[in-house]
Amino acid sequence: MTLAEHPSLQACPACATAPAAEALAGRGGAGEARLDLSLPTIHCAACISGVERALLAVPGVADARVNLTQKRARIRADDSVTPEALVEALTAAGYEAHELDPGALAATTGDAASRDLLMRLGVAGFAMMNVMLLSVAVWSGASDATRDLFHWISAAIAIPTIAFSAQPFFRNALRALGAARLNMDVPISLAILLAAGMSIFETAEGGSHAYFDAALSLTFFLLGGRYLDQRTRTAARSAAAELSALEVPRATRITGETVPVAALLPGDLLLVRPGARVPVDGTVTEGTSEVDRALLTGESLPDRAGPGAELHAGEINLTGPLTLKVTYAGKDTTLARLADLVAMAETAKSRYASLADRAARIYAPAVHLLAFAAFAGWMWATGDVRLALNIAVATLIITCPCALGLAVPAVSTAASGRLFRQGLLIKHATALERLAEVDTIVFDKTGTLTEGHPVLSGHDADDEAAAVARALAAASSHPLAMALHAGLWAAPAAVSDIREVPGHGIEGTWQGRTVRLGRADWLGAPMGGGTATWLAMGDAAPVAFHFVDTLREGASETVAALRDRGYAIHLLSGDTEDAVASLAAATGIEHWQAAIRPDEKATFIEGLTANGHRVLMVGDGLNDTAALASAHVSISPASALDAARTVSDMVLLGRALTPITDAIATAKNARRRILENFGIAATYNAISIPLALAGLATPLAAALAMSTSSILVTLNALRLR
Amino acid sequence: MEVLVLLIPVSLFLGGLGLGAFVWALKSRQFEDPKGDAHRILTDEFDDKPRG
Repeated sequence: MTLAEHPSLQACPACATAPAAEALAGRGGAGEARLDLSLPTIHCAACISGVERALLAVPGVADARVNLTQKRARIRADDSVTPEALVEALTAAGYEAHELDPGALAATTGDAASRDLLMRLGVAGFAMMNVMLLSVAVWSGASDATRDLFHWISAAIAIPTIAFSAQPFFRNALRALGAARLNMDVPISLAILLAAGMSIFETAEGGSHAYFDAALSLTFFLLGGRYLDQRTRTAARSAAAELSALEVPRATRITGETVPVAALLPGDLLLVRPGARVPVDGTVTEGTSEVDRALLTGESLPDRAGPGAELHAGEINLTGPLTLKVTYAGKDTTLARLADLVAMAETAKSRYASLADRAARIYAPAVHLLAFAAFAGWMWATGDVRLALNIAVATLIITCPCALGLAVPAVSTAASGRLFRQGLLIKHATALERLAEVDTIVFDKTGTLTEGHPVLSGHDADDEAAAVARALAAASSHPLAMALHAGLWAAPAAVSDIREVPGHGIEGTWQGRTVRLGRADWLGAPMGGGTATWLAMGDAAPVAFHFVDTLREGASETVAALRDRGYAIHLLSGDTEDAVASLAAATGIEHWQAAIRPDEKATFIEGLTANGHRVLMVGDGLNDTAALASAHVSISPASALDAARTVSDMVLLGRALTPITDAIATAKNARRRILENFGIAATYNAISIPLALAGLATPLAAALAMSTSSILVTLNALRLR
Repeated sequence: MEVLVLLIPVSLFLGGLGLGAFVWALKSRQFEDPKGDAHRILTDEFDDKPRG
């Protein structure tokens, strides 16, 4: 494969964190920051005031306003206020919240586009109703001068309206013609323009038929479809694409200077503080610590790291400060290689043709041929240009895809609205259609089926030991220590001289004895299965505290429900055999693989695809990105890493997994409704086209047929809600 | 039929009034959060916060 065949790496999802760094840098020094939070669970008046009160109570917040439609809050606050503090305040008040990217520029332009469409829609609606009123008079028998006057007034309203409201169609049609293609907008523009032009000519000649009302209602109904489409897309984009990067890629040099990752060179020495993410690939030169590799490999247990250890970008340093010598930076890192895989898989996905595309591809040429045939036929039969042209225009208006233009957007708006209310955000336009075709579901373990952080499950310690353990645990930010602190109820004992021994554990003095909490090999305890930390009090034998990674809310129910519906379910994890086996047993998944590498995940999915399966991948980590991208359709939780969310077609906003089952059912329903809508549109055409070709279509018939079919299609779509 | 001379301008004027109201509502961003606005009238707090 040559370089030219590669899609641009700039657009790769895993690199999506880089622009965030620039945006953050550009924001500095403003004194006041604007923050956006996503609030997936709010639904009522009490939620609005509850959230606003909780936010305003945070010091430094100047203003907070909730948007219930978008389930978001916009906050104006001092620079000192961090999004984490706000999320914490809301969690304390009982509302789930996630940070959104402050670069809300993209969201504003999306809003502007839908406002612009709404304005054109409103103007078209106003004009349509007024012209329709005048037309009713003509249809009910106004004649001669009265009819001509009414036609002239209609023209005076219709011409400026069409010039303003139908612009989006004209623009798209011109663009398509410029590229020598035919799209849906070409017949639409042609029908609107010909109808208006023919009507002006007829009015000037004092003719009896004018199609001003038809031209306007065409514009109105099709703009309605366009507006629905735009609104669905804006809502998805503004929330999903901007769920911000959890970390901004910056690195601290050994001198204390903070620099963007892009400025690093191999050989540079970096300081990685405890709790920070490793910015680039490198080798440890000084210090010992433990690193959390869960996002990169899916392993739930932290690994020991000392001098000589290889670290990869994306891992988290847990206990002690490390000095890191950069081996690869920027595009050479593990992260960027993963992104490469993703980029290749993405191009395959963008080739998927939606139902609407396929319909339009057949429809546009057919309409033109039909109108031309009507003109040619009547020309040959009567030799009357005016009559032939009139009939051709009537055919074009009648066949114009009013119902077809509404068929897909109305359904996808209803479906995505329904899923949004249940906490699932659809990011990709064809995601629902692809989801309806799925027959195999692949889950990731850590962070997807499980919460991704350990919880204390049991221990052998007496009350005294528990009190000591809790006191020691309080001193560390190691995930096991935090879980221990949260899981024990004992009041902490008075332990003095507490210090963290990087890479090993925590040490302190209690009643003259040395007490230690940490790894099994440090305390001489037996290494065993499962996640555990040990406590040694003086010379006594160490006691164990066991941890499990808790199942995500609704995980077992979701897996069971999906299996009952006949989907093949697989579990792929980079974690150890023990951990994966016990989780597979707990959720009832028969097919599972442990200790699997990121590229093997993607290969596994490609294998399934090659065997004719359509795969839904649910995953959250960096190790899942390639798999997410190569699956037919993919879902990731909101807690997932930015790169994983970017490549996913859908994002779960809440904590529970249950919306997935409903999403598949809704997707299937939506597909059925779309096909039904095509059926309605086809039936309507089957009746009206012969009438139009026979020259029997009057403006009244066109208006009636167009409105009924559009309303029918919309009502059918609304059954999904 | 002479009454039309009066009625048509009147009906166009009234329609135009409606269109003007729509444009004003759109420009003052009243379609940004229809669901939230529907719920906000139920709260006791006086809502004088500007839209963000």
